[in-house]
Amino acid sequence: MSNAASTLFDKVWDAHVVRHIEDGPDVLFIDRHFIHEVTSPVAFLGLETRGIGVLYPERTFATADHNTPTINQHLPVEDPLSANQLRALEENTAKYGISHWGLGDPKNGIVHVVGPENGITLPGMTIVCGDSHTSTHGAFGAIAFGIGTSEVEMVLSSQCIMQPKPKKMRITINGQLGKGVVPKDVALFIISQITASGATGYFVEYAGEVFESMSMEGRMTVCNLSIEMGARGGMIAPDETTFAYLNGREKAPKGEAWEKALAYWKTLKTDEGATFDYELTYDAAQIEPQITYGTNPGLGTGITKRIPTAAEVKDGEASYKKSLNYMGFAENESIIGKKVDYVFLGSCTNGRIEDFRAFASLVKGRKKADHITAWLVPGSHIVEAQIKEEGILEILTEAGFQLRQPGCSACLAMNDDKIPAGKYAVSTSNRNFEGRQGPGSRTLLASPLVAAAAAVTGVVTDPRVLL
Amino acid sequence: MAYDKFQILTSSAVPLPLENVDTDQIIPARFLKATKREGFGDNLFRDWRYNGDDTPKADFVLNNPTYSGKILVAGRNFGSGSSREHAAWAIYDYGFRCVVSSFFADIFKNNSLNIGILPVQVSPEFLDKIFQAIEADANAQLVIDLPAQTITIVATGESESFDINGYKKHNMLNGFDDIDYLQSLKSDIQVFAEKSLY
Ligand code: SF4
Repeated sequence: MSNAASTLFDKVWDAHVVRHIEDGPDVLFIDRHFIHEVTSPVAFLGLETRGIGVLYPERTFATADHNTPTINQHLPVEDPLSANQLRALEENTAKYGISHWGLGDPKNGIVHVVGPENGITLPGMTIVCGDSHTSTHGAFGAIAFGIGTSEVEMVLSSQCIMQPKPKKMRITINGQLGKGVVPKDVALFIISQITASGATGYFVEYAGEVFESMSMEGRMTVCNLSIEMGARGGMIAPDETTFAYLNGREKAPKGEAWEKALAYWKTLKTDEGATFDYELTYDAAQIEPQITYGTNPGLGTGITKRIPTAAEVKDGEASYKKSLNYMGFAENESIIGKKVDYVFLGSCTNGRIEDFRAFASLVKGRKKADHITAWLVPGSHIVEAQIKEEGILEILTEAGFQLRQPGCSACLAMNDDKIPAGKYAVSTSNRNFEGRQGPGSRTLLASPLVAAAAAVTGVVTDPRVLL
Repeated sequence: MAYDKFQILTSSAVPLPLENVDTDQIIPARFLKATKREGFGDNLFRDWRYNGDDTPKADFVLNNPTYSGKILVAGRNFGSGSSREHAAWAIYDYGFRCVVSSFFADIFKNNSLNIGILPVQVSPEFLDKIFQAIEADANAQLVIDLPAQTITIVATGESESFDINGYKKHNMLNGFDDIDYLQSLKSDIQVFAEKSLY
């Protein structure tokens, strides 16, 4: 390796290149592979058709999440197609000796929540999963990104995938976030500035005081949303916050192995003078609580602003008008005060303990608005247990809310948790695409605080007035 | 999964002049419940193509018999969103072999190349010319020449070259996929795994 200054991304990527193909992709070794019921069955079928096996089953971890019910998980799954996918995952993992946290397992939950909380995700790793929000794990200083089913088959059979090395972008935000401004707002702010495709072709490193002072949960929320700006992934250099989070987690290294790993992890940062293909800088003071009003995550703005005109956005006029038309909104309208029907707290973006703490802090001593249907879905059973232990459940119950069981739920509405056509949902998830949360559903993406404010007032509300 | 070789494709095209066509539009999540790769073409653009009662929406381009062909031409940032390869399968299974746009989302582009759909990225100006050519003649022919890496509008003779890396090009031309290649590297991979910290 040369002595030239290099970036965090380069250090991790270069350490995993098994072979570089001239005018082609790199063959990249994958340390950890997560699978779930939806994108893995065809990959296992492919292995069978080819008559090849799983090379390193101990490097793959399976959980059921996308297609699982969030009530009555102890009962048989009613939808035969969903049940069939869950059975396929169980059978495939049993056949090849892959660890599987199925429905009902105390470790079960959304793949990007359970990986980190059990110490499977570690700094300096390469991590992939057949799910685009795999970018979440970049919060630990890992290179983590989503892959397609053909690539799932590659990783199962060879522990490698073939990827051209992406370009590098750094987004630096210094300063201090204001009251009521949380990590979700930081990410939605960036996406609104650079559009939903602004980082396509890049791997992003987040740097600066805002990220340095963020909790691991917050960093995961930010890295999770990297894909919504088009980036393959995002990462943050590991530091004392990272190490403290990992120390003692079930699958994190212990004793001597921990010391050895720690020494290596401390080298994982961008050297002074290393260069990026693109750099962006913002000031924390620019960011207020955010909300989206359109049908891609780039169509968002500060909650106190009005909906921009076609001339003010970078999307083409026809696409933008289609988007507002779908949402039932008009240019120049104020977003505050819009009626809300549903509130969804959950997903791999905002289904962690900190998100429930934030939501509870705002609804405490208030009541859910009568017409609001609220789905509060923890990201995992471990989060669910924490909610109970910390007394958050009592606060929520007192305010008229119920807790559901863990899973992806209304984030992609593959199970029964579908927002009905035409209804408005303030959602802490990650995509506001047409029909994403159910056919005809209208999604406004926002933070857990904005979701909580909508849940108690029944309309889009600036959470700062309630804090 | 093996796919047909891609060499030179001459075809009319189906226009979809919208930006940010995301994977949830290409194939909505509720159609991802299969455990086999079958029948995805029927649900391509499901919610744009059919009403809630499964009757076709007359104004959607796939329901307009005027347009047909093996090439889909779409606005910028095509395929953004999820990593679901089902989106690429749906496009392939419907009968498209090539998607032309002025900008593709990364994962979609990778998935397409892995299953035998050629993503052809053209300049915004050339994309406009293609849309104009189709507007002038619904049967306007395009030639996608993979060996030469060019796309040509037959009626006007206008042409533009496109990028593809040499390795992927070789695979597409021959119908090869990465898994065969990776299998041949197994001993290198095992040596690498031995040294791994994790
Ligand atoms: S919560 Fe949503 S984004 Fe996250 S893994 Fe599940 S479906 Fe994907």
